[in-house]
Amino acid sequence: MSEILVVVDHADGPDGVSVKKPTYEMLTLAARLGEPSAVFIGPKDKGAEVADAVKKYGAGKVYVVDDAPLKGYLVAPKAEALQQLVERTSQSRPVGAVLIASSAEGKEIAGRLAIKTGSGLITDAVDVEAGGDGPVTTQSVFAGNYTVRARVTHGTPIITVKPNSAAPVEASGAGEVEEVAVTISEAAKGAQIVASQPRTATGRPELTEAAIVVSGGRGTGGKFEPVEELADALGAAVGASRAAVDSGWKPHSYQIGQTGKTVSPQLYIAAGISGAIQHRAGMQTSKTIVAVNKDDEAPIFELVDFGVVGDLHTVLPALTEEVNQRKG
Amino acid sequence: MKIAVCVKYVPDATGDRHFEDDKTVDRVGVDGLLSELDEYAVEQALQIKEKAESPDEVEVVALCVGPEKALDAVRKALQMGADKGVHVVDDAIAGSDAIATSLVLAKAVQRGSEGTPYDLVMCGMSSTDGSMSVVPAMLAERLGLPQLTLASVVETQGDQVRIKRDGDVATEVVGGTMPLVVSVTDQSGEARYPSFKGIMAAKKKPLETLSLSDLGVDAGDVGLSVAWTRVEDTTARPPREAGEIVKDEEGSGAKALADFLATKKFI
Ligand SMILES: Cc1cc2nc3c(=O)[nH]c(=O)nc-3n(C[C@H](O)[C@H](O)[C@H](O)COP(=O)(O)OP(=O)(O)OC[C@H]3O[C@@H](n4cnc5c(N)ncnc54)[C@H](O)[C@@H]3O)c2cc1C
Ligand SMILES: Nc1ncnc2c1ncn2[C@@H]1O[C@H](COP(=O)(O)O)[C@@H](O)[C@H]1O
Repeated sequence: MSEILVVVDHADGPDGVSVKKPTYEMLTLAARLGEPSAVFIGPKDKGAEVADAVKKYGAGKVYVVDDAPLKGYLVAPKAEALQQLVERTSQSRPVGAVLIASSAEGKEIAGRLAIKTGSGLITDAVDVEAGGDGPVTTQSVFAGNYTVRARVTHGTPIITVKPNSAAPVEASGAGEVEEVAVTISEAAKGAQIVASQPRTATGRPELTEAAIVVSGGRGTGGKFEPVEELADALGAAVGASRAAVDSGWKPHSYQIGQTGKTVSPQLYIAAGISGAIQHRAGMQTSKTIVAVNKDDEAPIFELVDFGVVGDLHTVLPALTEEVNQRKG
Repeated sequence: MKIAVCVKYVPDATGDRHFEDDKTVDRVGVDGLLSELDEYAVEQALQIKEKAESPDEVEVVALCVGPEKALDAVRKALQMGADKGVHVVDDAIAGSDAIATSLVLAKAVQRGSEGTPYDLVMCGMSSTDGSMSVVPAMLAERLGLPQLTLASVVETQGDQVRIKRDGDVATEVVGGTMPLVVSVTDQSGEARYPSFKGIMAAKKKPLETLSLSDLGVDAGDVGLSVAWTRVEDTTARPPREAGEIVKDEEGSGAKALADFLATKKFI
């Protein structure tokens, strides 16, 4: 049986390393394709901790690549490390696929890895299944208007997977830690991180992983409290349209759409957002869509399961109160 | 200094985009244009030129791989102010995936401009059709160059480049030494509109059309038949069923919405 490498998506905070949910989703997908192994590129001394977490989702092996020599550079060293790991692993048994989280960084690593290993690349998969000729992926394209199924026909399939692509299924894996030494070329160190300002934690769920997203647009007029209070009542993440970001009301990391994040939550609530195509591109695949907008002709209403024509500054606070009461 | 800006010709996102029978994006039967996100790359390249000590010594070359009609994308870049256009067009390229596209782009970059190598290769953050956001990284890999990608700010000083990158977990400043590959986001600043003067001037600017053999690329290495990925099927998303829309009257909207959320078990 072939081995499926899942690159661990993790956040490194002041209190250590936390494995992010997409990792478990990818391990679940990997189990459909072959034997899942996790690849942790991070602080070596956290390897055992990470192994404990990922083995609960079926990771047989946990390759630990110490990131000390890789840190401080953009993606190139990580792609080199993965190339070496793929080559090494293939010597004992075939690597059926490499799954990487579909973040901006993940996609760039995948792009370089694909060239290095002479492999086909599929990005932004929302599902992966086993097929007769290797993994078959599902992607959503053209702002969610088309669904495409594809597969890699050359080399080791390199697939980047979007958050919320599968419900994580627990499975017991051996979680056997194997430290892997890699050599990083000077050429890969050409893009140096000179300064880094970590984002302050909001205490809310991560936008791309959240089950519920409440987002605000120009219609908030910069007053985001009603959006945030509703989000907190629902345990949701907060998003924004580009108009709200361009106005400086929220940082770019909140932006949903073509040039921001793509989200696919169970519930998306758009408040004061018109529903431009570039915004739709980032939210159209949400399961349930709700909008509050005072213009009954706003294009967002074409998408909704439920819409309220009204002023968000009165509708949202009243809704928050309803939610809190019904919860209470 | 020589700057290559990679510009892609894409179907208009506000039009009806669809697939051909061979499951490639229809690029001929629909209206196309210079990918909006590549305008930001052209803009940043032009600003680097304008801020240079001797702007006349900086040449901005718009580089495009695409069908006949893609010349429109090159022309738009020239109208904005690029100095020269290079259009790689060859029937064999049709249906190429990012892997093959990056191969052709890499060969075109390696050729340089009039035999002088490029110092900077600038790209958009993503194409508005495929939107994979991988070509800049692939291009850097093929050229053996560092990548300073997803820049919201680009600054150059001599052969040094610094960018600001708003990542998912941190905002970073990343630096490197030319030659390198840069990609810019739509946060980098509005792209200029071609002026009347620019439109007139563009007509006289040099434009080079290259085939695969000019670049020494084997036609058997590109195109749909050798793509390393295959699309099995494409399905149009069924139209969403019309939802319920209520008008808020003295608090009725919030109540109705709360009821809806409750039936869907969100509260
Ligand atoms: C290359 C490119 C990339 C882009 N990428 C993105 C992207 O990633 N994400 C994105 O979102 N956009 C993106 N855009 C911009 C997009 O085209 C729209 O301009 C943007 O989405 C509009 O944001 P908005 O809906 O908040 O504002 P508007 O379109 O101005 O809509 C505001 C809405 O609020 C309503 N409203 C006003 N007051 C109230 C009130 N009190 N109560 C209720 N409703 C109210 C109005 O009726 C209106 O419908 C991009 C554009 C380009 C060209
Ligand atoms: N056919 C092409 N011709 C020129 N540049 C391209 C082409 N395809 C992609 N690019 C460049 O690569 C960037 C990212 O594209 P993509 O990886 O397809 O999202 C674009 O913004 C362009 O700058």
